[in-house]
Amino acid sequence: MSAPNKNYDPVAVSSLSPGEVSRMLDEALAAVAQAGSLEELRAARIAHAGDRSPLALARAEIGALPPEARAEAGRRVSAAQTQLKDALSRRQAELEADRDQRVLVTEAVDVTLPGDRTPPGALHPVTLLADRLSDVFVAMGYEVAEGPEVEAEWYNFDALNIPPDHPAREMQDTLFVAPSSGPGSAGGPGLPSQGSSGLVLRTHTSPVQIRSMLTRPLPLYVVSPGRCYRNEALDATHLPVFYQIEGLAVDEGLTMADLRGAIQAFVDAMFGAGLRTRLRPDYFPFTEPSGDVSMECHVCRGASTDPGADPCRVCRSQGWIEIAGCGMVNPRVLVACGIDPDRYSGFAFGLGIERALMVGHDLTDIRETVDGDVRFSRAFGMEI
Amino acid sequence: MRVPLSWLRAYAELPDPVDAAEVARRLTAAGLEVESAEPAGHDIRGVVIGQVLSIEELTGFKKPIRYCRVAVSPAQLGGDPGDASGVICGAANFAVGDRVPLALPGAVLPGAFEIGARRAYGRMSEGMICSASELAIGDDHTGILVLDPDAPLGEDFVTYARLRDEVLEIAVTPDRGYAVSVRGVARELASAFGVPFTDPARAALPGPEVLGGPLDDEGPDVWPARIEDPTACDRFVLREVRGFDPAARTPLWMRVRLARCGVRSVSLAVDVTNYLMLELGQPLHPFDRSKLHGEIVVRRARPGERLETLDHVRRDLDPADILITDASGPISMAGTMGGLSTEIDERSTDLVIEAAHFSPEGTAKMSRRHKLHSEASYRFERGADRELPLPASAKAVALLSRLGGGRIIPGCTHAQAPVEPVRVSMAADYPDRVAGVVYGRDTVVRRLRDVGCEVREGMAATAPTIAPWRADRAAGAAAPGTAEHGRHDRLIPVLEVTPPSWRSDLTDPADLAEEVIRLEGYENIPARMPRALAGHGLTARQRLRRTVGRALGGAGFVEVHTDPFASPKDSGALSLPPEDLRRPAVRVANPLSEDEPLMRTTLLPGLFRVLLRNIGRGFGDLALFETGLVFRPRPGAPSVAPILPVNRGPSVQELAALEAALPDQPLHVAAVLAGACELPGWWGPGRAASWPDAVEAAREIGRACHLSLEVRADKEPPWHPGRCAALYVLAPSPGAGANGGARAGGEAGGAGGEAGGASGEQAHEWLAGHAGELHPRVIAAYGLPARTCALELDLQVLFTAAEAAGPVRAPQLSSYPVATQDVALVVPSGVAAASVQDALEAGAGDLLEDVRLFDVYTGEQLGEDRKSLAYTLRFRAPDRTLTVAETTAARDAAVAEAARRVGAELRGG
Ligand SMILES: [Zn+2]
Repeated sequence: MSAPNKNYDPVAVSSLSPGEVSRMLDEALAAVAQAGSLEELRAARIAHAGDRSPLALARAEIGALPPEARAEAGRRVSAAQTQLKDALSRRQAELEADRDQRVLVTEAVDVTLPGDRTPPGALHPVTLLADRLSDVFVAMGYEVAEGPEVEAEWYNFDALNIPPDHPAREMQDTLFVAPSSGPGSAGGPGLPSQGSSGLVLRTHTSPVQIRSMLTRPLPLYVVSPGRCYRNEALDATHLPVFYQIEGLAVDEGLTMADLRGAIQAFVDAMFGAGLRTRLRPDYFPFTEPSGDVSMECHVCRGASTDPGADPCRVCRSQGWIEIAGCGMVNPRVLVACGIDPDRYSGFAFGLGIERALMVGHDLTDIRETVDGDVRFSRAFGMEI
Repeated sequence: MRVPLSWLRAYAELPDPVDAAEVARRLTAAGLEVESAEPAGHDIRGVVIGQVLSIEELTGFKKPIRYCRVAVSPAQLGGDPGDASGVICGAANFAVGDRVPLALPGAVLPGAFEIGARRAYGRMSEGMICSASELAIGDDHTGILVLDPDAPLGEDFVTYARLRDEVLEIAVTPDRGYAVSVRGVARELASAFGVPFTDPARAALPGPEVLGGPLDDEGPDVWPARIEDPTACDRFVLREVRGFDPAARTPLWMRVRLARCGVRSVSLAVDVTNYLMLELGQPLHPFDRSKLHGEIVVRRARPGERLETLDHVRRDLDPADILITDASGPISMAGTMGGLSTEIDERSTDLVIEAAHFSPEGTAKMSRRHKLHSEASYRFERGADRELPLPASAKAVALLSRLGGGRIIPGCTHAQAPVEPVRVSMAADYPDRVAGVVYGRDTVVRRLRDVGCEVREGMAATAPTIAPWRADRAAGAAAPGTAEHGRHDRLIPVLEVTPPSWRSDLTDPADLAEEVIRLEGYENIPARMPRALAGHGLTARQRLRRTVGRALGGAGFVEVHTDPFASPKDSGALSLPPEDLRRPAVRVANPLSEDEPLMRTTLLPGLFRVLLRNIGRGFGDLALFETGLVFRPRPGAPSVAPILPVNRGPSVQELAALEAALPDQPLHVAAVLAGACELPGWWGPGRAASWPDAVEAAREIGRACHLSLEVRADKEPPWHPGRCAALYVLAPSPGAGANGGARAGGEAGGAGGEAGGASGEQAHEWLAGHAGELHPRVIAAYGLPARTCALELDLQVLFTAAEAAGPVRAPQLSSYPVATQDVALVVPSGVAAASVQDALEAGAGDLLEDVRLFDVYTGEQLGEDRKSLAYTLRFRAPDRTLTVAETTAARDAAVAEAARRVGAELRGG
């Protein structure tokens, strides 16, 4: 420890006297109190609390005091500085509140003014619904399979157990592709009927089932959404060009109970749990047994069938809504795909996407889906 | 099929009364969908049976009018005609003494039509004498309905005629030919209610005393016939009635039943054949015996043969047509429509009734070929019952002779071809395995017998799932063999099933399983929760397709779906040159619209049409897009796709032959822009969409696929030759997916040091498509707004490139400070900005982080045909703060490279 400094300057040290510190504090507090704006307060802060302020300078002198006086002088200056700091932040808060009151009010705008500089984009609801329906099955472990829209007759009919001249071919009014050159087929075994090309615009997505069975390993679980064509007049409930989604499972030991389970899981995923499904006999050449599936109306839950109840537009007060055709893959179809029907069985189901849109989203005129009016797609936005 | 419940009740002993809704529910649950169950006859009140006492012909009116007195009680019969009701009537087909249905004042007729007493033609008319159509039992409104003389006077007509009924409308699926008859529906109804069924084909058959012998007794006097082509017809039966009264009236009960089924009453002979067809499902055809010449032969048509059918159409016959012929030539198209020359008429007294079993395929083809669909062909196509011709024809002659007089010629003509009986052997538990429900053998056997099958129980080593005659087991490869091997040492219970003659649809175990399962109730099949599967999720391409859509939607484009058809005029309207790939198109043989017989080869015309529709509805600021297939015929493709066998899996070669005949069907995306892309508003003016917006949308699609598209000027129609950008993508090789419409661009890597290809494979540039402003001629041809912009890209090309690019690699980010340098370069105006930028990037080296064009300037001080491009270059090093000297050196190197490549000069330098 060094010896005390006996030659200190009494003038300089007088700045640390109690009176002087108190005077400096009073001066500073007065300046803070008088600051009428944030700018003036900043100036006062620099003048009285800055590095060159009297209090700061006085603190620098503490080292010059005799050791026994240093502690007390230090406490004195610190107390003054703390008091000043509090005063500064109080005044700062006051002035900021003041500014917020005056200045920001003058900068206010009408935030309800529109900002719609660019018209919104949207996806087509049929695209959205096809994706959503696919996703439900993808989540169950199915894969999405696709196929061409101009399709060979064999895929579209023969392999699906719809032989030529069977009334089932006429159930689906077909758009045929004209032969690309020359007179087309001469007819006969292994050839399509005379004059035809053997190509059609696929009447359903079922040919994708055949393609899947021919190319994918077993067991097989696929779902195939896509565009289909029928030679039908356009009206409020029929489209000649429409979308279907079909599911196909081929595995060992599959039964109609598995088919019902898959459909129930699908309905649960789309509409929430708790809606019953109903299976009734129907006919499709490529499934045997065949059925159609209805689900309990998700809007009225059957209440509209009670006597005197309000009618339900969605189920037409039937309580049930037909949603899909389905069945066990006809073993003949398995054979045509080279699959051993003694070992494997399968189920398949299919539904119309526009029809699902009508059921689930209150669409009353199916023609809206092909009309292209921007208001239609925009109503659905980017997710369904 | 329409059928009244009362007729079904005659053969199915339903509880009485029965709820029509319950009948509908049970039939539907059994697979006969009841579309409606409507009450009939309940809406008629106050119609009684009257007798015409007197007729006064009123004259002086435009048409003949009668004023009649009609008695409605025995008392009135004997009393003063003036006491009976006086009624005005416009019909003249009745006489004094006829019994008629009279609607008295206060009566109600179908359609809530109330009858009152009213003045007409100067008389008081106290009611109305009714026609069949007014009573909704026929469409005959020309004359009133004259009743049998024994119709009870004064009795309620509705009760007398049994008009109160329920009419079911049933949608019969094409596999269930047997159900297009009262017989078939009644059988289902009986099983559905568990009540006895009487088969109308076996009940009340005329006995030998009527037919002159047993049912199949051949008679020497019946018209001769034979089958020439057994593939066309396997049973042909003729019976005769002679001395029939052609004027005999169809009894009221038959008229009512026909009307309830929606069939018009024509004449007794025709009505009887229709009635039995409805009841049994067997089409019958009457010939006028006096118009036949020589033996009847069932055969295919000969070249050049013609026939005028009952509808007065002269038809050129096809060699595959199945005909009924006599010495004069064709007299009828089998099971489809009769010929005019042998038609029965109002003088026909000797009738030859044909009942046959024709080939379903043959009649189907014939009716389709001649666009001639009749009630008869409808039934034959779906498979009629081969055992019906004998009993149905017997019932026909019995009815004709009973109702129309006439003498039945004993016996019949019976020609037939042998038919292999169908027997299906099925594992007894097969229905259980299909349904996932244990029914047990007894239930299975019982249900099959309900359907009409004969069932024999036995044991066998194996019971294949497919009828053996249908599947080519030898070609079915090893799998069945191994299955049989596994079962060899034990026997399983097997059912040998002979389906009934009316169920030609039952050929395989699966068909039998369906019968058992539907009769046991689909509703009793439990739902088994799906087990978890190991799926792979969406493919990269499927994910990219969605991402592209979302990117465009996010960029303000609205997705639309347009019909994928095109007009032959589109090629011209798009100004496509003769050799353009978009000109050859797939043609639809029977198009929905004659104006658009082609499949689209480009998405643009469809978008143009939708654009115009929206503009027509007052929406002018539009950005639309579509993703979808386009169809491009493959040059040199075979013109016919073969039909492969279905009794085995196809070979790789066979499938390749099918694929070769298909057109290319690449997935495209296209967009059109018109009007403002930024709207005017309180913020200021808007901004019209223009060519850079189209090009940027294309780049956005590229970014969605993690691809950076290279833009080059092009002159591709339908775009403006000075405002058309070609978009190229770098892909490693002309690999699998990029076949489509893609064609190779220039050599890769010419633009700079970085030579694309990840795996060192030779990288190729592929043309992905075009974007820009449309050609004014195209705009004019489609009537589009001026300056409409568009883009179209082949997504197949982009997806292939994206897949080849592999996963995105994370960037190494430097946190050292950025140093920016601006340069303005003067270049000849023909130099593409992209090439200047390429040069800057190449010259600046690794320190360059980003280069951005911020201004394009043309002006006098630059001189003719020159432009100034101003760029901001951003430099940053990964490991240090750059010095001014370093960034300046890099900038100078960039400028020097631009000078070397495109002759750029530093502006003001
Ligand atoms: Zn409802």
